Amino acid sequence: MNRARVVLLVLLLATSPCALAVDSVTLADPAQQARYLALTHEIRCVVCQGESIADSNADLAADFRRQVREMLIAGKSDQEVRDYMVARYGESILYKPPFNVRTAWLWLAPGILLIVGAIVAVRIQRQRAALVDQDNEPLEEDVRS
Amino acid sequence: MKIGKFLIPLGAFVLLAIVLAIGIKHSPEKGVIASPFIGKAAPQFSLPDLSQPTKSITTADLKGRWYAVNFFGSWCYACRQEHPTLMEVSRSRVLPIIGFDWKEQADSANEQDDLGRAFLNQLGNPYTLVLADRDGRTAINYGVTGAPETYLVNPEGVIVYKLTGQITKEIWEKEFVARVQGKPDKS
Repeated sequence: MNRARVVLLVLLLATSPCALAVDSVTLADPAQQARYLALTHEIRCVVCQGESIADSNADLAADFRRQVREMLIAGKSDQEVRDYMVARYGESILYKPPFNVRTAWLWLAPGILLIVGAIVAVRIQRQRAALVDQDNEPLEEDVRS
Repeated sequence: MKIGKFLIPLGAFVLLAIVLAIGIKHSPEKGVIASPFIGKAAPQFSLPDLSQPTKSITTADLKGRWYAVNFFGSWCYACRQEHPTLMEVSRSRVLPIIGFDWKEQADSANEQDDLGRAFLNQLGNPYTLVLADRDGRTAINYGVTGAPETYLVNPEGVIVYKLTGQITKEIWEKEFVARVQGKPDKS
């Protein structure tokens, strides 16, 4: 019974879409291949914007991958490839936008919101604790615990 | 004191609503990526003429006059829909429209030619010049996200406007003709 389950799981995983490699091309140089994989996972597909070009089946994503590949083979640096894409498609083409004046709020806002939220939470907690201390009625004590 | 506390979340809510409203208002049409190419030189290319594959056209050949660049393909349904409008606006001859036949797909090179040409034979040819961008390299160089897309290039070879999606007569008049004729709308 247990074995049947394992077989089923393996079969399910094997047929899941994640298992099907979209990009079958491999570069000859392993170092270049690693950079190629990293870059293609970093660049957004403009057709289906929730996917990287490494994961997308779209025709245009295949053209993007070819572009990245050719630039790497031509000896371009990772940053040159990124700059090429950003110059044509804007910063949103990168899944990880660079930190600069325009994107500062994007990077900083979550942290600021977290700090504000923490301050509010601590204050509320302190106020509640103070209220409980002031209150002598046993019923309220029960509710607190 | 009590009212003041009540106002804090309300204020936060109003602030959030304003930020989101601005976001909605200023976001370009759904999913369309604004081209960072506006104000920059049109990319270099060298592509074969669709009707004379042995003849190559380069960016330099087009310099010195206004022209529109229209990416299309016989495989692209929206381009088929857009075509009658292109036919209509091309008749005014305000500026040449250069067609980039983008990624015609077929097994043999000859067949590829036929698909693009058949499309134009069937629906008419609004283009002054049609170039075959079979592998899509020029399209990526232009920052194309999907067909149809139309660019306006000035005599200095600088892209001044980009339209993603189908062109309409109104857009043609307002964004293309007005700029070429130097009306106040010009940016």
